[in-house]
Parts: sequence; structure tokens; C-alpha cells
Amino acid sequence: MKTDMQLLNNDGIRCDGRKIDELRKITIKAGILKNANGSAYIEFGNNKILVGVFGPRDVHPKHLSDTNTGILRCRYHMSPFSVTERKNPAPSRREIEISKVIKEALQPSVILKKFPRTVVDVFVEVLQADGGSRCAALNAASIALADAGIPMKDMVSACAAGKIADTIVLDVNNEEDQAGQADMPVGYMPNLDKITLLQLDGILTTQEYEKCIDVAIQGCKIVYEIQKKALIDKFFKCDIK
Amino acid sequence: MENDKRVYVTPGDVITTGPYRADQNVICQNNKIISTVVGISEIYDNNVKVIPLSGIYMPKVNDLIIGKVISHISLSWELDINSCYSGFLPAHDVFGRDFSAHSDELSSRLNIGDLVTAKIANFDKNRDPLITIADRDLGKINSGELVEISPSKVPRLIGKRGTMIQTIESATHASIIIGQNGWLIVSCKNQKLLSKTIDAIKMIETQSHVADLTDKVKSKLESDVGE
Repeated sequence: MKTDMQLLNNDGIRCDGRKIDELRKITIKAGILKNANGSAYIEFGNNKILVGVFGPRDVHPKHLSDTNTGILRCRYHMSPFSVTERKNPAPSRREIEISKVIKEALQPSVILKKFPRTVVDVFVEVLQADGGSRCAALNAASIALADAGIPMKDMVSACAAGKIADTIVLDVNNEEDQAGQADMPVGYMPNLDKITLLQLDGILTTQEYEKCIDVAIQGCKIVYEIQKKALIDKFFKCDIK
Repeated sequence: MENDKRVYVTPGDVITTGPYRADQNVICQNNKIISTVVGISEIYDNNVKVIPLSGIYMPKVNDLIIGKVISHISLSWELDINSCYSGFLPAHDVFGRDFSAHSDELSSRLNIGDLVTAKIANFDKNRDPLITIADRDLGKINSGELVEISPSKVPRLIGKRGTMIQTIESATHASIIIGQNGWLIVSCKNQKLLSKTIDAIKMIETQSHVADLTDKVKSKLESDVGE
């Protein structure tokens, strides 16, 4: 079936009314779960994601523990009601992959040397999914880790860039992801200027790829400011009159 | 606060650049001093440190802590010390050197659920922290109310040279034992004073970053107790 929907019109406006370099609306709240050591809730466009962090705590099963350093574990899970058709709650291939990439994207930032024989568990629960949920999850996970007081070299901010209608755009949503030509999520440590996550689904030329990275990093820097504000709101809100 | 170089920081924030020594909760990278936690940064005689506002308790040798007995095996007790490690209290520490596993019953001294004031005797990365109660004022706690606060707020509760805790103790005539692990034992004359004391402690925990907190606590307590 062919739709009449245009991904990008002649004025440079996308299907959801954004400009090509505009992010979706982002709101983040830190520290909203009482029973977890650290937590965060993010709304990234239509994504609604809750993250809880436990630890450092005892490792179970014991054989996974490392006497030299703490370890990081991550579980990304989509609720059965997060998508239009009921999703089977058992971990799918995609969820296992995203758990792994989020873990690897957070690993360079956390400093677990001080906590030998322990584990830091990150639980990501997607309540409502839209395009770019791994980026949104990574943003929230990073806040939740900071909220839990886990030492980190830098925050990890993430944002996707992609190619739709032969144009490089920032922050690809679900429709653009389905019908577009490329989608590239980027995780980035803004102060250290280092990339911790880079995936690419689609085909880009070298020039397009470079532009895509630049655009995504600009997006990450905007996200970083919102993350920082969320932490300041939680910890110092009595001072902000 | 007299030091105006105090700034609120989040992980990754560059606190300063230059030849400073990295103290607590900061790392030095390319001559930049970067914060690793959410907290309040402080610069003093070429040292930079960040006072964290969240985080768990990490055992340090000689810390006074409050522990809860969670289990005992033949020669030792295991204590919950509100940390990622459980405390290890050997039996000979309580019974003395002539302890014998045959004649002495561990549960005759400490039962599961008992609270103790203790000290960290030894801690390294390979073993669980070794706890001792063989010192003056240490041992089983018989009365009082257990209050839990975030371990990162303990220095704030004590205040500069103990001013904060003295303010509370003199206003409510409470006796408070502070464990560095964020557990406190509060004993008061009556229920009313006890709840006032706990309120004051909780107020310090939630508003720990506010300046002139000692004065605020003082005036709150004075109006509360006066009622």
C-alpha cells in the first residue's frame, strides 16, 4: 500500500511538524522510585521509559563477580502494552541486543574500580515505545546511575540521526524509521567528546555519514543540557526559586 | 558558608583546570578536574573534592557503624551494615580468646535481628569488612529507635565540629548514636520528643544542600519544643 504521507515537504517540515534539525519534546525526571537506589523517567517524544538502578550490591550468581572491579548489568524490557499489538513479555532477540548495546554504551562512563565483587544493575522498562527508544533509554539510564551516586567520568547522552527523503535529519521518529533510508543512534559523552554507542541501519555515503554524526552529536549536546537540568532539579530544587 | 568556591556539580562537569590535586570523587584528565558524582564541589589548598549527595556507604577502617545481625555460622556473625558488603564479626571478638565452638553458644550473646554499635577493624577488596565490638561503648544496643538516613548525609547531620548534632541534642535532650553507614540510634525521654528529633533529622536529610541549615533546624526545634 502506498501512502500519501510525505516524510519531508518542500518547506523542510517533517511528517510530525518538526524542522530537519529539531528534537522531539523531552522531559526527564530523576529519582522517582523510592525502592531503587537510583531512578529516572523520560518522555522522549512518544517514548515513555522508566529506569531503575540497584547497586553496588552483592553479585548473584556468585561466579560472575570480579575481585578487581564491580560489574555492570543491564536489562532492557518492553512492557506488553508498550506497542499497539500485545508484545510477548519474554525477552526477544531485539531486547537482548539493546540490553547489550546499552550496557556497552554505559560501561566507558562508569567507574566501578572502587566497588570490587559487586554489581550495578540497570533495569530499563519501556512503557510506551516510539522510534529511538534505545537512545531515550540510554539517556534515562545515565541519569538513574548519577541519581544512585555511582561515580561516572561523564554523563552519556544519546540521540539518533538519519536519512529521510535524501536529507539528513535529527532524531528519527517511528514513521521515519520505518519509511526512511537510514537510522543512526549515537551515544556520546559531551565533556570528554567521546562516542560510546554507534549503530547504523541503512546505507549512507561517507559524506552523509560524517554529516549524520555531526548532526547527532549536536542533538546529544542539547539532550545533555536537559539531563543536567533534571539532576539539578532533583538535588538542588530548594534553591531554585 | 564561608567558602564561596562551592558549586553544585553533576558527573562530567569540569570543576577547574590547572595544577590541582584530585581528592574525593573527582578525576583528573588532561589537566582538567572533573566531578564524578552529583554533589557540591570544594576547592581548598590545591585540593579539589566533591561532597556527594547520594550513594551507598563504603566501609572505612575505624568508622563507627551500626549493624544488624542477619545470620550466624559456627564461628562468626554476619552483619547487615547498610553497604554493598556484609560485615564479618568473628566469635572470638565477643567471647574473648578462650572461645570454644563446643561450649559457647553464639546465640547466647547476639541473636538474629539484634543491633550493635561496632567499628570497622579491617577492610580490603578481597574480603568482607571485619567488624569489632571489643572497645569501649561498643556492643549490643538494648534501647532506642533506629533511624535510617542516606549515608552521604551523615557529615551534614554532624555538622562542622559537631554543631548540628549538638543543636538537636541540646534542644530535645536526646542521645543520638550516629553510625557512618547512615543508621542512627535515637533515645529520648518521651515519644513526643522522639518524633521531634526524628523530624529534625529527616529535615536535615532532605535539605542537606541548603545554607545556614543549623540556624533553620534550631529555630524549627525551638518552636516545636516550645509548643
